[in-house]
Amino acid sequence: MVNLKKDGLIIANKKFNSRLIVGTGKYKSMSECAKAIKLSGAEIVTVAVRRVNISDKNKPLLMDYIDPKKITYLPNTAGCFNSKEALRTLRLAREIGGWKLVKLEVLGDKKNLFPDMIETLKSTEVLAKEGFKVMVYCNDDPLMAKRLENSGAQAIMPLAAPIGSGLGIQNKINIQIIRKQTKLPLIIDAGLGQASDATIAMELGCDGVLVNTAIAKAKKPFEMALAFKNAVIAGRQSFKSGRIDKILMGNPSSPSKGII
Amino acid sequence: MKKIKKIKIKINGKIKSIIKDSNLSKVLKNLKIPLNKVAIELNEEIIDKKKINKIKLNKNDKIEIVHFIGGG
Repeated sequence: MVNLKKDGLIIANKKFNSRLIVGTGKYKSMSECAKAIKLSGAEIVTVAVRRVNISDKNKPLLMDYIDPKKITYLPNTAGCFNSKEALRTLRLAREIGGWKLVKLEVLGDKKNLFPDMIETLKSTEVLAKEGFKVMVYCNDDPLMAKRLENSGAQAIMPLAAPIGSGLGIQNKINIQIIRKQTKLPLIIDAGLGQASDATIAMELGCDGVLVNTAIAKAKKPFEMALAFKNAVIAGRQSFKSGRIDKILMGNPSSPSKGII
Repeated sequence: MKKIKKIKIKINGKIKSIIKDSNLSKVLKNLKIPLNKVAIELNEEIIDKKKINKIKLNKNDKIEIVHFIGGG
């Protein structure tokens, strides 16, 4: 029996029971977001750094709905298109309240939202030197993943498909190669569309998945949050249980001896 | 009567008129900024929130006040 309580996700020496990380964007309201997070069982949520609305002082704050003492905030650099912007964002995030565990995401193209890996690599080096624990959004390229690891990344987060596309894992082989070469937490980030995509990621040996749009924009976000929670658990259990070998021909499940 | 001198500064991209020699702490207080939930930049340099009492603002200063919002 796979004891999932003992099978925690360890990132930068911190243990989490849930292997599902969720984003907090694109929800209809903050209360909807908070409820979906609760149902997903996620212990880490990504958040964005943006200007305070100084003309509307009564606007609700994310921290009023999601308690950073109970849920780990993972500040993200979504929307940054170069190293300078990403570094500025994460230094500010750290200043808000001491956040050192961060998600680096440096985008290279406004349409496909693929990461700019040159800028990402540069930023990882600087942030690691400054004491940040950097989880890095990246392409599903094993060579780049290795370089990130050598630059001090604390987790490798390859995309399944373009951000928000819902296409699911497009390159299973690359994900498996990255899995084989790294002992760092490997977390699929971006592009998942439905719960079974998360199961597939976990069955490939990933340590976790990060989901935002697939839950927030589902017709029933609460049900989808629950579906992803169960899908991640199912995928992990399946992976740990050791699947059968694939064979070309049929192999009967009932004994051939004693057939009447 | 002594005339109060005002200066213009930019906060989060918006031009604001403040009393000359105001300190940063007072300006943030007037805006009701919850200090424990934000980070502050003055002219693109991060400010230690413990020191905002001692920072006097000058003409054309640019302040950025950021916080966490929902994101992926």
